[in-house]
Amino acid sequence: QCNPLNPLVLSEYLIHAFFCVMFLCAAEWLTLGLNMPLLAYHIWRYMSRPVMSGPGLYDPTTIMNADILAYCQKEGWCKLAFYLLAFFYYLYGMIYVLVSS
Amino acid sequence: MSAPAESPHPAASARISPKLGGATASGAATPAGPGPAPHQQNGPAQSQMQVPSGYGVHPQNYIAPSGHYPQGPGKMTSLPLDSQCGDYYSGLYTVPTQNVVTPNTANQQPGAQHMYGRGPSAPHIVGSTPGSFQGATSPTLHLHTSAAQRYSHFVNHYSSPAMYSANSSVASQGFPSTCAHYAMSTVSTAAYPSVSYPSLPAGDPYGQQMFTSQNAPTVRPLRENSFSDHSTAISHPSPLPPPPSHQYHQPQSLSGCSTLSWSASGLPSTQHNIVRNHTGSLATANSNSTNTVTDSLSCPVMQNVQPLKSSPVVSTVLSGASSTRTPPAANRPVEPVASVTQPSELLQQKGVDSSSTTSSASPMPNSYDALEGGSYPDMLSSSASSPAPDPAPEPDPAPAPAPASSAPQPSKMTKPFGYGYPTLQPGYQNATAPPNSGVPPSSPGYSGFQPYAQYPGMNQLSSGLGGLSLQSSPQPESLRPINLTQERNILPVTPVWAPVPNLNLDLKKLNCSPDSFRCTLTNIPQTQALLNKAKLPLGLLLHPFRDLTQLPVITSNTIVRCRSCRTYINPFVSFIDQRRWKCNLCYRVNDVPEEFMYNPLTRSYGEPHKRPEVQNSTVEFIASSDYMLRPPQPAVYLFVLDVSHNAVEAGYLTILCQSLLENLDKLPGDSRTRIGFMTFDSTIHFYNLQEGLSQPQMLIVSDIDDVFLPTPDSLLVNLYESKELIKDLLNALPNMFTNTRETHSALGPALQAAFKLMSPTGGRVSVFQTQLPSLGAGLLQSREDPNQRSSTKVVQHLGPATDFYKKLALDCSGQQTAVDLFLLSSQYSDLASLACMSKYSAGCIYYYPSFHYTHNPSQAEKLQKDLKRYLTRKIGFEAVMRIRCTKGLSMHTFHGNFFVRSTDLLSLANINPDAGFAVQLSIEENLTDTSLVCFQTALLYTSSKGERRIRVHTLCLPVVSSLADVYAGVDVQAAICLLANMAVDRSVSSSLSDARDALVNAVVDSLSAYGSMVSNLQHSALIAPSSLKLFPLYVLALLKQKAFRTGTSTRLDDRVYAMCQIKCQPLVHLMKMIHPNLYRIDRLTDEGAIHVNDKVVPQPPLQKLSAEKLTREGAFLMDCGSVFYIWIGKSCDNHFIEDVLGYPNFASIPQKMTHLPELDTLSSERARSFITWLRDNRPLSPILHVVKDESPAKTEFFQHLIEDRTEAAFSYYEFLLHIQHQICK
Repeated sequence: QCNPLNPLVLSEYLIHAFFCVMFLCAAEWLTLGLNMPLLAYHIWRYMSRPVMSGPGLYDPTTIMNADILAYCQKEGWCKLAFYLLAFFYYLYGMIYVLVSS
Repeated sequence: MSAPAESPHPAASARISPKLGGATASGAATPAGPGPAPHQQNGPAQSQMQVPSGYGVHPQNYIAPSGHYPQGPGKMTSLPLDSQCGDYYSGLYTVPTQNVVTPNTANQQPGAQHMYGRGPSAPHIVGSTPGSFQGATSPTLHLHTSAAQRYSHFVNHYSSPAMYSANSSVASQGFPSTCAHYAMSTVSTAAYPSVSYPSLPAGDPYGQQMFTSQNAPTVRPLRENSFSDHSTAISHPSPLPPPPSHQYHQPQSLSGCSTLSWSASGLPSTQHNIVRNHTGSLATANSNSTNTVTDSLSCPVMQNVQPLKSSPVVSTVLSGASSTRTPPAANRPVEPVASVTQPSELLQQKGVDSSSTTSSASPMPNSYDALEGGSYPDMLSSSASSPAPDPAPEPDPAPAPAPASSAPQPSKMTKPFGYGYPTLQPGYQNATAPPNSGVPPSSPGYSGFQPYAQYPGMNQLSSGLGGLSLQSSPQPESLRPINLTQERNILPVTPVWAPVPNLNLDLKKLNCSPDSFRCTLTNIPQTQALLNKAKLPLGLLLHPFRDLTQLPVITSNTIVRCRSCRTYINPFVSFIDQRRWKCNLCYRVNDVPEEFMYNPLTRSYGEPHKRPEVQNSTVEFIASSDYMLRPPQPAVYLFVLDVSHNAVEAGYLTILCQSLLENLDKLPGDSRTRIGFMTFDSTIHFYNLQEGLSQPQMLIVSDIDDVFLPTPDSLLVNLYESKELIKDLLNALPNMFTNTRETHSALGPALQAAFKLMSPTGGRVSVFQTQLPSLGAGLLQSREDPNQRSSTKVVQHLGPATDFYKKLALDCSGQQTAVDLFLLSSQYSDLASLACMSKYSAGCIYYYPSFHYTHNPSQAEKLQKDLKRYLTRKIGFEAVMRIRCTKGLSMHTFHGNFFVRSTDLLSLANINPDAGFAVQLSIEENLTDTSLVCFQTALLYTSSKGERRIRVHTLCLPVVSSLADVYAGVDVQAAICLLANMAVDRSVSSSLSDARDALVNAVVDSLSAYGSMVSNLQHSALIAPSSLKLFPLYVLALLKQKAFRTGTSTRLDDRVYAMCQIKCQPLVHLMKMIHPNLYRIDRLTDEGAIHVNDKVVPQPPLQKLSAEKLTREGAFLMDCGSVFYIWIGKSCDNHFIEDVLGYPNFASIPQKMTHLPELDTLSSERARSFITWLRDNRPLSPILHVVKDESPAKTEFFQHLIEDRTEAAFSYYEFLLHIQHQICK
């Protein structure tokens, strides 16, 4: 049930972590600061994931539990919004830098 | 608790009753003289009846008209016809027909009439009637009734003949028989303006009366059935009790009964109304004064008492009556008609229940409950008892006794009277009855109650009994505030029954039995806000695949379902017109298919609302191929056995093989059944049992990292073709590994192999494991730290250590394979991880700590008994269960063993009758535009015979808008079970202490919410509504339960097992686990005893679970669900020890004693019959431990005394203070 989903979770987290590292290297402290909470959340989330051997977060036995499902959905929407805003912010930042330089 | 009624007991009682019936019948027939007479009479009877019957047939369609038509009082002759019409008209109204029949019989058979007339005063009337035709009689009766209508009410009890006459008169009077049920409702309301409890006590008597009167009719139907149908001989003699084996047949007989009851109710009600009309003031005075005032109190008492003694009598009576009457009945055309309708509808299996329930319906919980408690469990007994209790006793005895046993019955009857009755009813009945011997009116009074009878749950009103009282009285009993700290004896002496939803009578009688379907709030709050305010959990508890003694099975080409939400048609839908029905879950209007217009039961057309689907809230459909993804699978069983040194040492193989050999033929299945065996230690052994081999062939696979199947086709073999080989193997297995030195256990690879073996078909895998898996995939490490066992801090490792077993279970579930785990280990085996294999594949888990076949014989015996049940119980394969509820409600969490496939679909590879489920609900949209909500569970499964079946349960509950009503409808037991489930989840996902806090908070919140609602202060006192008065006690019990306790040394596996049990046990068994029942058994008496299978089962009162109740002089039995303890006080009476235990004195009782010897003494017999009766009520046979005071085992016993203080936990009183403190904070 969660088989297609689970491998994506870790890759998402890694990509996000990679961005954070890049910001760190670029000394983009503000951007990095914006991303730190999410990074922390990801780490926490992955630490407290259910016992499972493969990668991923979602446990097929509990995912249909309405509470958890609702939570995951909400989480998904929030992150989507965050990523979208972040995307435009990065874009703005890039253009700003290009223009100003 | 309600469950008991259905399965084992009924069967037993059924069986018994047949015997009785046969005996009594023979005895009765000869003395009464009906034996010879009946036949002769039959001729005439037939002729007479035929006319009406023929007539009746046509009318069926026109029923309604007929009903009206009889109204003219003058139509004496037409009476029978009318009644018949009524019957056909509606299954509900079958009563009238019965009535008709009875009058006929009465008239025709003088002897029979006498029987019926037995009632004290009744005989007079009877005498007059016998010779004359029904028509004649009816008119006469009618006259009588008109003259002394009010009396007639009373009379009914006494003289069954009176009843009949009354019925006939009623019909003649023309009270719209069609509206029988309406009449009833009206009666209840109108007739007893002052009545606070609409249905209560009266219902009981009434129901009983019904029975009595009905007995004869019921018998007839049975007979007829037997003739026309295939009912077995057994069923014939006993009208009420259906033998368990003949499930389908039984329904018929039952239905007959039920119909009778119905008819009775309908008639009475109508009569009652009539009476009302005629003698407005008088009738009211009578009914009101007697019923209202005294009924509430006296009735219950009476009922309690009566049922006990009378029940046996009743059964005999019934049989006797039936036997006498049956001969004539069989011939009659009329009766056959009735029978046809009944069987087809199967309806009212509940009829029986209802009868039982009626008895319990009385408002007074205490005395009456005791009766019911006793009677209830066994359907038959209860039914029998119920009739007997009040009015019934007299009438019943009257009919039956007439032939042979008149003397004994009266005596019994009298006894009950003296007992509880005394207050009003006795006087009432006696006084009134004599004058109006012929008049039936009494029944009318009760008619209101009849509906209850049908509803099995009704009887078991909790002590609170909120539902019923709610309707009429401003301050319902269930809301009576109770100061918990002041109330010392909070626990009722009788079992607590499920509260009854506060619905109108119609719906009530149709509603699903609380045994299979319960809701924590029987009054659903209108909005989520209201629910939040009440601080109570809202959820359902299901026991969907329970063993039922009667279940309407419907075969039809089209299963009618709502087109948008796929709800199955059920009794709570509304028919807009003949052609359309409105779904009660999504409110869509659907068409009624053409086929549905025809009612196969009544063979009438154009009455979709009479179809069995619409008359029963629990039905089973035989599904067509639309409901299959693949052809139905055969029953496939695979046994995976641990044969490492540890396992051989424990010696379980012998027991298992023995049980298998014994039950090989009883394994559910058809000719395709397949079976296979695997054993494992550090390698995996397969057994080739292919037909044609001379002996079983063992194939060893030692490559456990990559398991393969050596010969995939011959490992699972047809049970019948290879039976000899299988037997050889089972005989050889126990000795094959005696010298093994292999200590490792490769459980994981063995399971993988089993999965491969099963995946083509699906089926059931039974795994026997005795130690921690130590090799290959899925190996586990010991995680338990013994020093932490009694820690009050953190309990770790409640969750699985690896997801190997979970993934395996999911794979299995996907292939329709369930894994059942038997864990027999003496050390820690990480049940938390192992249990996953069963949890998610819908299997079940059995745990036998420190199992050893010689060192621990009680465990060995338990395993043996469990295996017997396990191997022979019903099983459903490739099942899915879907739960639907009215728009606005939604389910959000499921508890039990299954895999949740989508938000409302549970995938169950196997379903067994011992599995329970729980669902948490939330209210998503306000329910303001509806007054009722419904829940429907549909379980689609493949039976062991390869049939695809759908079992549908529908529960209907009212919606309320006030907080008080919400509290009034709380079902404490259901709420506790749901909370326990939630707490298990919490302790696994978070921590045990969290879960414990949550439990305490649940009490604190709900009680403080109630306190603030009552508002008038007294914050110093701890106030709870009566419906919640047991809440703190149960929560305390939960906190001291193995699963949640802290501070007491608890092995991790024990704790986890207790949690598994909480998750998957049905409510009835769970409650015993949480709060055991304590009885004092050294002074058992027949007082209030119930009768099952012609055995007298004493019903001792429940005791508080507190050491203060234990006296050194006594002996006590504690019923913990899976274990019985008998505690023998130090200075227990030597007579008791000698008589029951078979030892001369206390000192000579051995330390380990697990059986009661069969001694031929009265007290021994009582004790044993009581224990067997308790045992018969549950699927897992509990072991009995005799615990001497001062023996080391007594700590086991004392830890169940939950009201006492232990070093680590509160006493009950302290707990209350704690709660109070929390509330005030």
